[in-house]
Amino acid sequence: MGVELSTTRLEDAAKWAKQGKLARIPEWGRKFSLFTYPFVTACCGMEFMSVAGPKYDLARFGAEFPRFSPRQSDLLMIVGTITEKQGPALKRVYDQMAEPKWVIAFGVCASTGGFYQNYHAMPGADQVIPVDVYIPGCPPRPEQVLDALIMLMDRIQDGRGHSQLRLKREQVIASGTEE
Amino acid sequence: MANAGDLSGLKQLVLGRKDVQDLSDTEQELPPDLMTVNMGPSHPAMHGTVRIVLTVDGEKIVKSDIHPGYLHRCFEKESEHATYTQVFPYTDRLNYVSPMINNCGWAMAVEKLMGLTGKLPKRVEYIRVIISEMSRMTDHLTCIGASAMELGAFTAFLYFLKSREWLYELLEKISGARLTHSYVRVGGVAKDLPADWDADLTHCLDKIVGVIDEVEVMLNNNKIFRDRMAGIGAMTRADAIASGCVGPIARACGVDYDVRRDHPYSVYPELEFDVPLGTTGDCYDRYLVRVEELKQCIRILRQCQKQIPDGPTMVDDPRCSLPPKTDTYNTIESMIRHFKHIMDGVRVPAGEGYAFVEGGNGELGFFVVADGTGRPYKAYCRSPSFVHLSTAGALIHDHFIADVVPIFGMINMIGGECDK
Amino acid sequence: MSKKVLDALTAKFPSAIVRTASANGDEIAWIKRDDLLAVAKWLRDDPAMAFDAPVFCTCIDWLDWKPQHRPPSEAWNETKPRFTVCYQLRSVAHKHRIRLEIELPENDARCASLAELWSAFNWQERETFDMYGIKFDNHPDLRRIYLYEEFVGYPLRKDYPKEKRQPLVRRDDLPINPIKGQHAPKLEGNK
Repeated sequence: MGVELSTTRLEDAAKWAKQGKLARIPEWGRKFSLFTYPFVTACCGMEFMSVAGPKYDLARFGAEFPRFSPRQSDLLMIVGTITEKQGPALKRVYDQMAEPKWVIAFGVCASTGGFYQNYHAMPGADQVIPVDVYIPGCPPRPEQVLDALIMLMDRIQDGRGHSQLRLKREQVIASGTEE
Repeated sequence: MANAGDLSGLKQLVLGRKDVQDLSDTEQELPPDLMTVNMGPSHPAMHGTVRIVLTVDGEKIVKSDIHPGYLHRCFEKESEHATYTQVFPYTDRLNYVSPMINNCGWAMAVEKLMGLTGKLPKRVEYIRVIISEMSRMTDHLTCIGASAMELGAFTAFLYFLKSREWLYELLEKISGARLTHSYVRVGGVAKDLPADWDADLTHCLDKIVGVIDEVEVMLNNNKIFRDRMAGIGAMTRADAIASGCVGPIARACGVDYDVRRDHPYSVYPELEFDVPLGTTGDCYDRYLVRVEELKQCIRILRQCQKQIPDGPTMVDDPRCSLPPKTDTYNTIESMIRHFKHIMDGVRVPAGEGYAFVEGGNGELGFFVVADGTGRPYKAYCRSPSFVHLSTAGALIHDHFIADVVPIFGMINMIGGECDK
Repeated sequence: MSKKVLDALTAKFPSAIVRTASANGDEIAWIKRDDLLAVAKWLRDDPAMAFDAPVFCTCIDWLDWKPQHRPPSEAWNETKPRFTVCYQLRSVAHKHRIRLEIELPENDARCASLAELWSAFNWQERETFDMYGIKFDNHPDLRRIYLYEEFVGYPLRKDYPKEKRQPLVRRDDLPINPIKGQHAPKLEGNK
C-alpha cells in the first residue's frame, strides 16, 4: 500500500505533523474515535461480532462502541445483504446521520450483491448510498475488516471520504459565490 | 391498567400533595391514546432484520404486526438455477450460525432422492455428525451470548464469543472457512479431517466446558437475569405443537421432540445423549434448555471422537463422486466424467422428497423436487425460524416493550433462515 | 413408514383421494381441492391419526416440467394443472407423517386455507401466496409477507425471470437509475 505503518497514535500524529498537515488535526481526532452504526442484516454480522470481540479487537482502533442511533454515529457499516425491501430503510438511516460520515460496505453482498443476483437482493449497497470502502469476502476474515478500517482511517486523514469531499465542494461553491 | 382514580393518587404523591384541580395545564393527565411504534428493521435487538409494528398502551403491547422479509435472498429461485453442489453455499447462508447442519440437511435430501441414504461410508456419517454438533454449539453460544448482551450481560457475550472463536478456528482447519463452510458434498464430504483434529477438538472442548460453567455461575441465579427472563413469553404445550414450534423452544414447553432421537438419521442411533426438557416454556426455560444442549453436544462430540472409524470420505458411486485426479488427467473418460459432473451437476432421478435434520433451531427440512437433470426443479427449505417468528406476535402480547428483547433473543430468529 | 395412515385415509374418504404414493420415505396423498378442509380436519381430530403438528406448506409450479429419462407424456402441457399445493403434517404422539398435495389449475389458483386448524400455516400460506400467487379462501390475513406491497408479480413462478428487479429506491446520481427512467427495464404487469 506504500504507507508507513505507525504503531502508536503519537507516532501517527508526529507523522502528520511532520508533513505539515497540522490543519488536519480534527481529522486525526475523528479517525481514532469512530462511532460505528453496524447496520447488520446477515451472516457478515457474525464476523462483525468476531471483529468486535476479544480476539480481533476493534477497540484498539477506537471504533469500539457501536452507537445504535444514526444521530450519534459517524461510520455506517453495512454488514450483510441489502435487499430491495431494505433500501428505503437504509437510505433513511444514512440521511439521518450528521456530516461528516463515512460508509463501509462490509462483505461482498453489500459491495456488489455477491452471488445473489436475483429479484430481491440489491446488487450492492452503493445503489442507494455512496460507499467509501468496500470489503470483499463472504464473509470477510476479521483481519480484512481491520485492514479496511485502517484504509478508511487513511482516507479520513487525507480528507478523501465522500462526505468530506462533499463538504469541501460545498465550501468551495459557497466561497466562490461570495466572491 | 390503572384507572383515573389511582392515577390522581399517584399524582398527589409525585407532585407533593397537590389537589387535582390545582394542577396547571402542563401537569394535567395526557389522554391515553394508543401509540404505534416501529421496531426495526435496523435495530440492535432485531437480530438481523425484522420489523415489528407495535401498538402500545404506555409500555404495554396491545397489538403487534411482524414484517419479515428484509433478508429475502431468494434461496429457492437461486437453487433452481444452480446445480445440486452449487446449492451448498446457498444453504450455508440460511442458518448462518450453524451452517454445517444446513449443508448436511441438503445433502441428505438429495441423497434420499438418489437412494443413497444409509449407504454412505461410516466415516462420512461420523464427520457429518461431528461438524453438525460443532455448528450446533456455535449456534447456541451465539444465541445465548447475544441475548445476554441485550439484557446487559456484556461479559457473558464476550466469554461465549471467545469460545466461539476456538470453534471457528477448528472449523476453519477442517473446511477452510470460518463461517460459511460448504464442506459437505452429495454423497460425502469435500475432504478428510486434518491430521491433528482429535487433539485440537479435545483441547477446545475442555476449555469450552470451563467457560460454560463460568457463564452459568454468572447468569443462572442472577436476579436481574431471572427477573427479565422468567415468566416472560411463556407458551403452552398445545400452542407450541399447533403453531409448528420445534427445537429448543418446543422442548422448553415440554414437547419431547428431537429429530435426532425420534427419526434418527446418520449415526445418531449409536450415540448416547439426553434431550433436555423444560416445563413452563418461558424465556428462562429456553435458556436452560440451550445451555444443557451445549453440554449434550460436548458429550456427543467426545463419543464421536472415540468411535469414528477410518475410511473413504465419499460414497463409491460414480453418479456423485469425482474421479481420482490421476485418472482425470490421464484418461479421457474420467476427464469427461469430471467435466460433466461439474458442469451438469449430480443427476438426480425425477421425484420429490423431504428430508429433515435437527438444526440449531429445530427441525430443518428440505423439500426437493428433482427432474432428472443436475439442477433441482424446486428446493424448498422448511425453516424453523420462520415458524417461530410467526408465534412471536402472540408471545409479546401484553408484555412491555422491554420484554420484546429477551423474547426475541430466545426465539433465536436467524434472518437468513427465516427469510430464506 | 406410515402406510396405515394412507390406508385409513383412503377408507374414510374414498372419493376425495385422487391417488396415493409412498416414495423416498414419504407418504403422499393427492386430495381434491373441495375436500381438503374435511380431510384435514379429520386428520387432526381423529385419535388414531392425531396430526397435530404442521410441518410446511408450499407449492410446485409445473410449467417447465420435462423429466429426463421419462416418457414424454409425463412432461407438463396445457391440459394438466399447473400448480400443486403441498401440506406436510406430522403427529407428535404417533410419530407418523403425511403429505397432502392438491392440484390447482392456473386460471383458478385457489385453495382452502388450513390456517384455522394449524396456526403455523397462517404465515406459510401467506408465503405461498407471495411467491406463487395461490389465493387461500378464508385466510385471516392474506397479504405479502416476504416482498413489499409494490412488488408486481409472483417471483417463484417459472415464468418470472430470476433477475427482474423492481427497485424501491436508487441513488439520484447513479448513471443507471431505473426509477428515474434512465435505462429502465421494461416492467411487465402481473400475469
